[in-house]
Amino acid sequence: MAQVTVIEAIRSALDEEMAADDRVFILGEDVEAGGVFRVTEGLAAKYPGRLIDSPLAESSIIGITIGAAHYGLRPVAEIQFADFIHAGFDHMASEASRWCYRTKGDAFLPMVVRTPWGGGVHGGQHHSQSIEAYYTHLPGIKVVAPSFPSDYRSLLKAAIADPNPVLFLEHKRTYRLIKQEAGEPGETVIGRSRVTRKGSDLTIFAYGLMLHESLAAADELAAEGTECTVVDLLTLQPLDVETVLEAAKATGKVLVVHEDTLTGGFGGEIAALIAEHAFEYLDAPIRRVCGPDIPAMPFHHNMESFFMPDRTKIAAAARDLAAY
Amino acid sequence: MTATPRLARKAREAEPDIDQLLDFLYQMQLIRRFEERTGEMYTKGKVRGFLHLYTGQEACAVGALATLQPQDKVVTHYRDHGHAIARGMDPNRVMAELFGRQDGVSGGRGGSMHLYDASIGFLGGYAIVAAHLPLAVGLGLAANMKKENFVTLCVFGDGSVGEGEFHEALNLAVLWNTPVVFFCENNLYGMGVSFQESLSTQVTTLAAAYNMPAVSVDGMDVTAVYRETLKAVEHCRAGKGPYFVEAMTYRYRGHSMADPELYRLKDEVEKYRKRDAIDRLKARLMEGGHLDGAGWEAIVERVEKVVEDSIAFADASPNPPIDTLFRYVTKEPGDA
Repeated sequence: MAQVTVIEAIRSALDEEMAADDRVFILGEDVEAGGVFRVTEGLAAKYPGRLIDSPLAESSIIGITIGAAHYGLRPVAEIQFADFIHAGFDHMASEASRWCYRTKGDAFLPMVVRTPWGGGVHGGQHHSQSIEAYYTHLPGIKVVAPSFPSDYRSLLKAAIADPNPVLFLEHKRTYRLIKQEAGEPGETVIGRSRVTRKGSDLTIFAYGLMLHESLAAADELAAEGTECTVVDLLTLQPLDVETVLEAAKATGKVLVVHEDTLTGGFGGEIAALIAEHAFEYLDAPIRRVCGPDIPAMPFHHNMESFFMPDRTKIAAAARDLAAY
Repeated sequence: MTATPRLARKAREAEPDIDQLLDFLYQMQLIRRFEERTGEMYTKGKVRGFLHLYTGQEACAVGALATLQPQDKVVTHYRDHGHAIARGMDPNRVMAELFGRQDGVSGGRGGSMHLYDASIGFLGGYAIVAAHLPLAVGLGLAANMKKENFVTLCVFGDGSVGEGEFHEALNLAVLWNTPVVFFCENNLYGMGVSFQESLSTQVTTLAAAYNMPAVSVDGMDVTAVYRETLKAVEHCRAGKGPYFVEAMTYRYRGHSMADPELYRLKDEVEKYRKRDAIDRLKARLMEGGHLDGAGWEAIVERVEKVVEDSIAFADASPNPPIDTLFRYVTKEPGDA
């Protein structure tokens, strides 16, 4: 069977949605020629006038996306690197998140903001960031962070069809690294998590690159006789609380993994939910394996490796937890 | 929502006729009294929070919005009551929103700075300065992509000019030839700082630097505002791209109700009051024999009734329910 990369999966979702609905268009920096990561390659020739190169003006890219979405178009904005999105945060926080709310549903914004995030690419402090926690803090914005190509494809299609603003996070390290056989059905519903691996000893929650590292760690532990459940969160906002609580209750031991820095990271929300609603099922304190509380992803390979959680660190924490 | 945009009649004439001038006078007086009474409602505790009154600037809203057609869109800043009323928003529902009541245009969720009614193309008051300029460009982009002939009037103050998004939006609007009229109400102060202390050049110079036609107009002369804005709107509607209008105006009240106005002298306010847009138009119509004392009294009485009715309506409207506050966080299938 042919193998599909994350990039190809995203491109095919864009292609299919643009073919199906002429209200869908793409706006961003360099998108017409394919973009830094070649995600939109070939689409401009197929859909003339519907890939719009913007100047380097991230704030306006999102502001314009809001205006266009409000008037019946279905814009998909690309922010070249997640690190660059901060200039547009105001539009997401002050407008996109609350248009529907402030107008009691009269107005809504069917818009997607796609952006490559995450480290492990020697990108240094302005090309490696995790930004999800800023946005999961905004009711009204959906935050999707898939891990497998099939889910990237199906959830991006769902995001474009969704009448609400969706921040669609694409882990750049996985773009060409993670492949899957073509034709795999992915998750089609925003707001649903998936138990990717089932084991009875402990439960790992992860997303993006860390989901793959967690699965690798679970393989290591299985060889030692410890069986892990691994939950691919897929959507962070709205969170699939039911699946999270069930998976936590089933093993009584919880490990949350993300590469974003520890304090204020999304893992804290998972831990708090479980502590509030599944406390009596727990057999051990909830553990987190996260990026360290330092301001930025350092550049040098050894330093970046220190920053990034990986299968070895996850396996070590899982071993401790299993032994608790 | 059932409101209809005001002045949705024939094609605009370059010069307003007498009927239209009388209507301008009525509208300006309506906004003036609506704002004065709103200020009183604030001191009575009926209106709470942060309130920014529009008195002194009425000619901007009335003159500029009179140039629009029903399909056109308006996005504006937080000093937005005047624009909402000039666009035809029901004063009852505006006052109810200021009171935070259930019958307000946003059911009490928005308040003074966030009026909104899509049915008349009034897409909001925004309180993040200059953040609505890119939105206007997005609306203009949508007009172009959908091949629809609507113009977006984007109103902002001189305080916006220092924001980066002002520059991004002007640049993009020209690059993409979007039908957006950038309408700057230059009331001389960004809160308490004179625009001359905030800007190294003139406002229209900036617009011209982005290759956008730009004009500065007496914003306390409703006919002049109408005339220049109409040129701008027609330029946009003809597919010639964006246009910039700077209306030189003055606000009689402080920036907000909490402003002690330490940055200007009383004499300055008095100087501008002598150029009052309502007084000038009234005098002009009287000199021309188109209005007499009784005619003016009729306008005043009509305005008083509308304003007092709006207060009574707002006062009678129930407090909004709390138990629906989780509704409309996101749009769900089946939402109206």
